[in-house]
Amino acid sequence: MTISGTFAIAGAYEHPTRWAPDKTEMQIIGESARGALQDAGLGIEDVDGLFSTSMAGGGMGIVNVAEYLDLKPSYMDGTNIGGSSFVAHVSHAGAAIAGGLCEVALIVYGSTSASDARAIGTGMGMGRDPHTAFTSPYGQTVVSSYAMSARRHMHEYGTRPEQLAEIAVAMRHHASLNPHAKMRKPIGVEDVLGSRLIADPLHLLDCCIISDGGGALVVTSLERARDLQRPPVRVLGSGEAVWHQEIGSPKLLEIAARESGERALGMAGLHHGDIDLCTIYDSFTITVLLTLENLGFCKPGEGGDFVSGGRIALGGALPVNPDGGGLSSNHPGMRGIFLVIEAVQQLRGECGERQVEGARTAVVHGTGGILSAAHSGATLVLAAE
Amino acid sequence: MSSEIEYKDPVVDWETRAYWEACARHELTVQRCGACGKVQHRPRAICASCLSGEVETLVASGRGTVHTFTIVRQNQVPPFASACPYVLAYVDLEEGPRLLTNIVDCEPDSVAVGMPVQVEFVDTGEFAVPRFRPA
Repeated sequence: MTISGTFAIAGAYEHPTRWAPDKTEMQIIGESARGALQDAGLGIEDVDGLFSTSMAGGGMGIVNVAEYLDLKPSYMDGTNIGGSSFVAHVSHAGAAIAGGLCEVALIVYGSTSASDARAIGTGMGMGRDPHTAFTSPYGQTVVSSYAMSARRHMHEYGTRPEQLAEIAVAMRHHASLNPHAKMRKPIGVEDVLGSRLIADPLHLLDCCIISDGGGALVVTSLERARDLQRPPVRVLGSGEAVWHQEIGSPKLLEIAARESGERALGMAGLHHGDIDLCTIYDSFTITVLLTLENLGFCKPGEGGDFVSGGRIALGGALPVNPDGGGLSSNHPGMRGIFLVIEAVQQLRGECGERQVEGARTAVVHGTGGILSAAHSGATLVLAAE
Repeated sequence: MSSEIEYKDPVVDWETRAYWEACARHELTVQRCGACGKVQHRPRAICASCLSGEVETLVASGRGTVHTFTIVRQNQVPPFASACPYVLAYVDLEEGPRLLTNIVDCEPDSVAVGMPVQVEFVDTGEFAVPRFRPA
């Protein structure tokens, strides 16, 4: 048995806020749930599966979300594997639906990271416990961890800072076409290279922004989705993987996407050439480059050339993150849900100026955690009907 | 002008105490499985390859090479904020395991992938924290 093609995304909504000092996280969750259910043409009373997690909510967070929405779902899943969590929630929902454990799943996220002034990239990672005792003395930050992957890539393959910068430039171009994006002023490679170094070789503009925001998805069986008001976006493939540095010394440049991507494309029975666009977690420019290589869109070491010359921009060979991604549109800390929302809206052909023409298939990949250490990967293959 | 990172006593538990006690003696240790021979770091009560409980502690040479590194120029958390810029690195030990550490006693710009390094220890009170300098 496979869940491939048995379920679909029937509703999607990205909260337009990027700065919400006047809202709570629960309020953003509630408004996002309302948006996605309205999009699907369903009501909160139809929801019997709930999927949510957050950086702030703790282990019981999903119970608090259920309480806020006055929901008593028959199935709930608070899986937290980092920023990729909401990508994984989609396939978890599909499995639960196929198994008869729920029928209409609501996946929801909300965060006020920016207005709470959470310094995600350069102000965390200071645990005082036996596990983090091996890393916290040394001043590891999220940015510096990804920077070490970038340095190693440059060492092994001769990748250049200006090639990484091309990724930031493409994302900003996309954001300039997205009225909700936080950073919309176009930039060039020289702007990225001229911005200050945060952790060599990553500059300020190689790093994602921090914003507030939220979003929601409605997932149901393909059969039910066909009766609803929006064109269903089918989930043809999914895969998850985890990767870490422990015990041996795994290759730093092989990341979880290598396994999760192979699983997802294998389940979908599709090849790279069949894919019209990608949405990829762009915490940093290097994340996009390593993800494209590990998903197999190019060979290891070829990522620098692959992302250059506008090839991942709209109109290029493989458009990535037409919304502007976390580098320019929004990044409240766990961006996975926006990857799915943008892919859904692209496959429904409703993205206006930033629409990838004729998009029928998309690969979505979320990375959670620390790329050069313990991290997760979750991949989806989505298709228009 | 940047200052040195101030290391604090690590928080230890039953599985990691022997490692940090060895650090206090200025010995860097890794574990080797008595059943399957795999060498591992960080310390734990079982071999993560075969789940055997026969893990032995072995004193490492303290020599290694830089696998990758970065020069951290922004960290908002004290005590690191005043220590920027500092070098964060993964070092491959001669015995196999890779560990996260700082590289000190050299200009940050002089650090390179593949550079041979040698462990040194900073006493923190009850224990000590290992870091590396050019060999």
